[in-house]
Amino acid sequence: MTDTLIIALTTMGGLGFIFAGGLAIADKKLRVEENPLIGKINDVLPGANCGACGKAGCYDFAVNIVNGKMKVNGCPVGGEDVANLIAKILGVEAEPAIKQVPRILCRGGNNEAKDKSTNYKGPQSCAVMEIVGGGTKICEFGCLGGGDCIAACQFGALIMNDNNLPEVIEDLCTSCGLCAKACSRNLIEMHPIDRRVFVFCKSNYDPKRSKEVCSAACTGCGICERVSDGGVVVKNNLAEINYDLFYASNFPFDKCKTKAISYLNDKDNTIHKLVVNQ
Amino acid sequence: MPKIFNNLLSFKGGVHPKEYKYLTSSLPFEKIPTPSKIILPLSQNIGAPSTPIVNKKDEVFAGQLIATQNGPISAPIYSPVSGNVLSIGIEDTVSSFTKESITIKSNENLEMELFPKLDLNNISDKEICKRVQMAGIVGLGGAAFPTYFKLTPPKDKIIDYVILNGCECEPYLTRDYRLMIERPKDLIAGLKLIMKALNLEKGAIGIEDNKQDAIDVLQNLVKDDNSIKIFSLKTKYPQGAEKMLIKAILNREVPPGKLPFDVGVAIQNIGTAIAIYEAVYLGMPLISASLTVSGLGIKTPKNLIVPIGTPLIDILEYCGGIMEDAKRVVVGGPMMGITQHNLNAPIMKATSGILVLTEKEINQFDETNCLRCGKCIEVCPVNLTPTKLARFSQLGRISEAEENGIFNCMECGTCAYVCPANIPLVQWIAFGKKKLSLAKKAV
Repeated sequence: MTDTLIIALTTMGGLGFIFAGGLAIADKKLRVEENPLIGKINDVLPGANCGACGKAGCYDFAVNIVNGKMKVNGCPVGGEDVANLIAKILGVEAEPAIKQVPRILCRGGNNEAKDKSTNYKGPQSCAVMEIVGGGTKICEFGCLGGGDCIAACQFGALIMNDNNLPEVIEDLCTSCGLCAKACSRNLIEMHPIDRRVFVFCKSNYDPKRSKEVCSAACTGCGICERVSDGGVVVKNNLAEINYDLFYASNFPFDKCKTKAISYLNDKDNTIHKLVVNQ
Repeated sequence: MPKIFNNLLSFKGGVHPKEYKYLTSSLPFEKIPTPSKIILPLSQNIGAPSTPIVNKKDEVFAGQLIATQNGPISAPIYSPVSGNVLSIGIEDTVSSFTKESITIKSNENLEMELFPKLDLNNISDKEICKRVQMAGIVGLGGAAFPTYFKLTPPKDKIIDYVILNGCECEPYLTRDYRLMIERPKDLIAGLKLIMKALNLEKGAIGIEDNKQDAIDVLQNLVKDDNSIKIFSLKTKYPQGAEKMLIKAILNREVPPGKLPFDVGVAIQNIGTAIAIYEAVYLGMPLISASLTVSGLGIKTPKNLIVPIGTPLIDILEYCGGIMEDAKRVVVGGPMMGITQHNLNAPIMKATSGILVLTEKEINQFDETNCLRCGKCIEVCPVNLTPTKLARFSQLGRISEAEENGIFNCMECGTCAYVCPANIPLVQWIAFGKKKLSLAKKAV
């Protein structure tokens, strides 16, 4: 009885020692040196693996930073804090980054933009509505209200307001830009958070059709171009702001009849209203 | 031999929606008065839009060439009326997308310029193709593929059969049926021209068995002619889809991603054959469309001959206007047609019908969850699993959708028609196809 026990113990123990020895040799001979910086940077990243930086995930981003292929402030979700931490690890100076937030450049909600009134009952997704007869609104440039941007946001920073237009909650936004990619009509653009004046329209329709299809459209009348000294240029029936030359304090906003070019007004914001009401 | 078994030619799957063909099947074609305004979209066919050769304020006459062919897959456009060009610009069309269009204000002048006469006794295949190309004829079954292109197949494809598609499997529509009844001789002449253009000995016409009198009329005409056969097919949607038609008549299966050419068959629509007859025998360019105006929401349903470019509203007014309980106007058949939002949009070359539908005919329900009943798989004529494809598209798993054959779907809508959960299967599949082709383009 004890013999069997001893034989079993020695064979298993012996095998264990042989394999352990093999592993120990392999550890010495086949060791891959990983830059310890990668691990350190990976630890300070948000770990959401959202892909907003353009890399496969946070670890991939860390590898690319150490190889010098990405900038220190390349993680939009982490923002300034993470950029500073990475800069500290690498021993470099972080460039100051201004938070970028998405801006929805269309104000043609249910109240403004004309509806096709075709009783659409298909999937509520902009990309699908777009191919099923070009959406439910007559305007071919404006927001479809299907909420693809809201579905794309992983941080709950977008909501649909009563007028069927998406709104950004700046405090929750991590600047990842996935909503801008999801918009099938490219209406969402990322802008620095302190930029408050925009042309809230993307329509290239001529003035007559613009007026027909939406009351908030840029008609391309050109008044803004004439009064702004190059701050606004009208191209293809659509005003475009040149932010280097544009001075909001000098611009007569009331000249724009449809309010297509105007301030981003927080007071109209659904979230703002909710906060005030509480 | 008496028929003991009802062994009709058909295909696997399919459905038989309520027909409603009785509304217009007994009404002969009427010509509508010349509308005051004509809008001609420059892109009325698959392929490149035509190039306009008139300017604003120019005077045009009926039958004048106003836009030329642009590239191999394209077709010229002729003015159906005399008048002045009002504008050239973006207009709404029945495809529910806006397109560059020429608007013409018409006058009373009805004189028309025709093509020079051809020597009909020894006409060559090249002459026929050239005339078809010149007349701007496109497939009038709905897809609007330039016809001359289909008459000049690539050299390496051997074609041995031409089939005229007289199925008209969409409910309501009776245009092809009326053409077969009213102009059988022209139709056979048109078919012979197609056969001559392709140098073929054998031709066939496939007709669903709910149009027995059309079958009888044509059968009577060709009883001494061995080259043309009339086939009676089971009434089932989508019998008129070309792959289903070839399967039913010749029992040849068009492989996924291939064309009828690849199994040696050329398919043309009944309306196209008549248009070819008119172009060759009468020298007429394609300037008018025959169509069915039907549905329970229109005062007097009619079969009409309408100048191409006539706004829908003019046609609907000629038919007595829309009833109060009408819910939507659809251009095309109810299964594959497009809902309209602007009744000023003009009809195009391949418009086969205008339907004014009431609540009762639309039957819209809310979507619920998939029951896994498998009905969509049972009825799919091309053996796909629609529910799976729709789910893959919805989740963005497009490579799996491709593996499951999403590109074989022709969006006939049979699956969505039978779905007890009212899942918008076709929309999701169309979305997946679009996404997949965009992804392929990007690579």
